[in-house]
Order: sequence, then structure tokens, then C-alpha cells
Amino acid sequence: MSLWEYANPKKFLATSERVLPFFWVSAGLCLVVGLVWGFFFTPDDFRQGSTVKIIYLHVPSAMMAINAWVMMLLASLIWLIRRHHVSALAARAAAPVGVVMTLIALVTGAIWGQPMWGTWWAWDPRLTSFLILFLFYLGYVALWEAIENPDTAADLTSVLCLVGSVFAVLSRYAVNFWNQGLHQGATLSLDKEENISDVFYFPLLVCIAGFVLLFIALVLYRTGTEIRARRIKALRLRERAAA
Amino acid sequence: MTALLMRDLALAIRAGGGFGLGLAFFLIVTVLVPFGVGPDPALLSRIAPGILWVGALLACLLSLDRLLALDWEDGSLDLLATAPLPLEGMLSVKALSHWIVTGLPLVLAAPVLGVLLNLPGPGYLWLTVSLALGTPALSVIGTFGAALTVGLKRGGLLLSLLVLPLYVPTLIFGAEVARRGAEGLDVATPLLMLAGISAGVIALLPFASAAVLRVNLR
Amino acid sequence: MLSVSDLSIARAGLPVLQGLSFSVKDAEALILRGPNGIGKTTLLRTIAGLQPPLEGRIEGAEERVAYAAHADGIKPTLSVTENLTFWARIFGAGGIDGALAAYDLRPLAGRAAGSLSAGQKRRLGLARMLVTGRPIWAMDEPTVSLDKTAVAMFAEAVRAHLGRGGSALIATHIDLGIDAQVLDLSPFKAAPGSMDAFEGAFA
Repeated sequence: MSLWEYANPKKFLATSERVLPFFWVSAGLCLVVGLVWGFFFTPDDFRQGSTVKIIYLHVPSAMMAINAWVMMLLASLIWLIRRHHVSALAARAAAPVGVVMTLIALVTGAIWGQPMWGTWWAWDPRLTSFLILFLFYLGYVALWEAIENPDTAADLTSVLCLVGSVFAVLSRYAVNFWNQGLHQGATLSLDKEENISDVFYFPLLVCIAGFVLLFIALVLYRTGTEIRARRIKALRLRERAAA
Repeated sequence: MTALLMRDLALAIRAGGGFGLGLAFFLIVTVLVPFGVGPDPALLSRIAPGILWVGALLACLLSLDRLLALDWEDGSLDLLATAPLPLEGMLSVKALSHWIVTGLPLVLAAPVLGVLLNLPGPGYLWLTVSLALGTPALSVIGTFGAALTVGLKRGGLLLSLLVLPLYVPTLIFGAEVARRGAEGLDVATPLLMLAGISAGVIALLPFASAAVLRVNLR
Repeated sequence: MLSVSDLSIARAGLPVLQGLSFSVKDAEALILRGPNGIGKTTLLRTIAGLQPPLEGRIEGAEERVAYAAHADGIKPTLSVTENLTFWARIFGAGGIDGALAAYDLRPLAGRAAGSLSAGQKRRLGLARMLVTGRPIWAMDEPTVSLDKTAVAMFAEAVRAHLGRGGSALIATHIDLGIDAQVLDLSPFKAAPGSMDAFEGAFA
């Protein structure tokens, strides 16, 4: 029994169908519990008032925006090295989810920034980095859409993902250098003085778990859809070749 | 390799080669900016380094879709791929000829356009230095984008979408060198970063470009 | 000596030929025949190393094949001499005089390639094979838009190439009058519905 068995599309579909309900339900539970707890059962922050509560959407979506790209990077590497089609399709399936996560992070950031910093948008390094990440996502998705041959598309987008990752990290440093920001430092690291207090911390953890589970569920589901789409295409080609 | 470089340069200079188009575009963009933001000399001299960098970057972008597409259409790219020349070397030469045809004229023209935008005195040197260091990276990154999109219909727009985010670090450090230079500040850190990015990109990115071009040719 | 064993190839992800084996010895030519779409172009591109085979092996092709496609890679703003000299320098194989003579291009040498007729361009494209110095010629429909005299020039050039110990793979429909084996590709057509491992995993 090895992990690579799931590279077989049939095996992947069978297993993902079995585990998907669990992910949907637990993602829903975590999100409902985390958000309700966060929105209604935590005190207002003494400086930020109730605006602080947008943290329960902002931080998890921002984390997932980055994690989705990392997952795409790993999937791309697996495709380039081991040529498992499911891996390439999983990367393709994750990209639009990453786009939406990045958008949520940007929009909630703007909504939070308005009362806190007095502006909807500031060229703060972290906000700017997310905007750049958003552009990378758009390019990646557009390249997938533009190429007809699925293997060619998988190869080209994988290389783009690799090269893009290097440039995304470079951009992050460049942007930091370019403008020292307004953002608070690390919110969640365990040893920092400025760490947020437990009252906010636990519901936030639940929300993050909810976003992670939701991401996994969405990617599994979308990968299944991509596999079925490929299957339909293959069957059509076979019909045409036989005719 | 020299043969390929000489041929590309000859093609660029002859009729329809598009030599000078990037330069003309750069000139027009620079002339348009004061119309947009107003003629205030203090404002213009403050934004001059950034405008000149963005203008140079867009001018570089303009000619990228012809970089490989012409050779693709007439079959030269297939023939070059079967030649004894490694594809990595071939693409590096292509990037070099793009730089000589597009980037180098921009570097030389930028100080002249700086006069139009009231660039402060010490800025001229650092603007030229930063463009001379940065534009080769723009050409090499652009070659990667061109190799990615070479077989596609309507690849031009996609090419811009793919290449522009990759231009961000070069633009930031390049414009920062020019800005600090213009304000008489220390330029060492961004200058070293810019040089580092250019060196890294020139050394490594042709391998990625060759890999995607091989995929596109098959 | 070029030998191909148990080769399967695909065009745009769809297998076109499978189980193909043949060999071409030095000083021999092989004519490829078969209906449109059978995969002649794909086969020649695979042998030229432009695309990987699905299965099977190709031996003796590495760095030895000169490939001529439908597109000649001719730059219209360069002269005939400049076009040929460029390819001669890229392949590092010496002068272009023999190539100019073989296809009677000397009178056109100074003309810009863009001003040539289709047949003259084709002759220039074929002359390029001579300046590569490669022993195996892989040619895709080389006689398109050539008149009778030019076809004779081409046949003569191939004969001379074989005489020097070279070999040639030519996909063509016409009779060139060259002493060559003929390989009909029709029996090697990939079975309908054969798929790669990924799509096959659904069946």
C-alpha cells in the first residue's frame, strides 16, 4: 500500500468519494462553530472595537491563499518528476480556490483597514504581496485555460508554478524593502509578546481548521470533476477515432 | 551562436524588423505623463525615476511577442531545435538580441527623456546604471514568457499577463536605485539586489525557458 | 544506420502509429507512403528528436538527422546567400557553393528570399539540407510546388547524397525515380481507442 496508488484516477475517485462527506461536514461544523463563537461570544478589543472580529475570515483565508499555492507547487513537482496525471489535475483544481481565498483576504483586509488605518487600501507590504500573489494566480489559471493539449498544459503550468514561486518569494522581499508597513507582526507565533490573547485565539484556531478542511474538500471535489472531464474527453476521442 | 545573433540583429534592422519601435513607445509614454499629472516641475522630478522605469519596462514588453513567434511561424524554430546548438544557448542568444535591439536603446535614451521630466542632477547616472543592470533581466524573463506562449493563438495578451508579475522584483529594485540616486541617498543595497536578480535570472532562467520551449515544440 | 523498433507515436495526445519497426542503412533511402493523417509528419518529427515517442526506440538518430518540414525557415528579408550561410554556420558544416550549384540557385544568390517564387523558395529550403552536413535526411513532402526540372534536381541531389554514404527518409506521394525501399505506413495505424495509461485507467 503506497501513497502513489492514488495516482490511479479510478482509485482516487473511489477514495475521494468515500472521504468527501466527512470533509464537507467537518468543514461546515468548524466554520459555523468558529465563526459564531468568534463573532458573538468574544469580547470587543479594547482598541479596535468590534472590527477586530473580521480576523476570523481574514487570517484563515490569507493562510489558505498561500497554502494553496504551496500545494500547487508540490503537485506540480510531483507531475514533473513522476508524471501522475491526478497530481497535475489537483494543481489545476486548487488554483481557482486559491484565487478566491486571495480575493477574500484582500477584500476583508480592505474592510478591516478602513476603520483601523482610515483607508481602504494602503501599499502595505503584506497587502501588496497578496495583490502580486493574486496576479500570479491569474496568470497560472489563464495559461491552463489557453492550452488545448492537457499534457502540454500540465507541463507548462508546472514550470510556470516553479518559476513563479521563486519570483513570488523575491517579490515578497522586494516589497518589504520597498515599503515598511502598517501591519502588526506575527499574530499567531507561539513565543511573541504581541500574540493575541486566548479569548480570540481559540475561535481563530477553529476557523483556520474550518478553512483547511473546506480547502481540502473543494480540491478533492474539483479534482474529481477534472478527472471526469478528462474521461469524457477521452471517450469522445475514442468514439471519433472508431467512427 | 554568433551566427544566430548576427542574423537576428540583421533581421531587426532590415525593413519590417521593428527596430526602434520600443524606443518610440518609450518616448511617447514619457511625453504623455506630464499631460496626465500636470507640468509642476517639483512633482515631475519626484516621479521621474519611477515613470522612466515603468516606461522602459512596458517598452520591453511590447516587442516580446515577436521574439519567438516569427521563427515559430516560418519553421525556423523547429530547425534550430534540431541543430547542434543547445536550446538553452539559443534562447540566451535570443534574449541577448532582444536586449541589444530593445533594452540598450532604452538605456541610452533614458537620460535624454530624464531632461523632459526634470530629473534631478545625480539621478542621471543612477538611472542609467539601474536600467543597464535591470533591462537584461527584463529581456531574459520576457524570453521565458515568449517560450511559454509561443504556440498559442492570441498569445500576446497572455504573455503580458504572465510576464508582468515576474517583472515586479526587478522593477522595485531598479526604480529604487534610480529614486535614491535622484535624491542623493545611498544606493548600495538596492543596487546589489538588482545586480543579484539580473545575474541569477541570466544564469538560471534559460534552463526553464528551454524546458517549456521543448514542450511547445513537440 | 538508423533503426527504429516497436515505435508508437501520438499526435496531439492521440496515438497514430504503433508497433512500427524499420531500419535504413547507410547509402539507402526509404520512401514513406500512406494516406493523409496516418502520421508521416509525426514520425519524421519524432525521428528528428522534436517529440518523444510513446513507446519504442530510435537508434542512430541523435545529432545525425537534418529535418525538412513544410515550412522552410526562410527569412524573406535576407538574401538567398545569407539564408544559406546562416544555416551552414549554425550546423558548422562549411561552404554553401555545392548547395547553390545543386539547386541552380547561383543566379538568384543576391536576391531577397521574399521575392522568390514558391518553387524557388522550396529549392532554397532543400539546399539547406546540403549545408547541414548531416548524414540522415528526414524530409516531409519535399517536392511540393516544385516543377519537373526541380524535381529532377532534387532526385539528383538525393542520389549524390546516397552516393556519399548518406541516407534519406522521404515522405512523398510521387515517384522520384530514386532506387529506394518503400514503406507503407497503413498497416501500423494505431488501433482505434488505444489510449495512454491515464485515460486507459478508466476503461
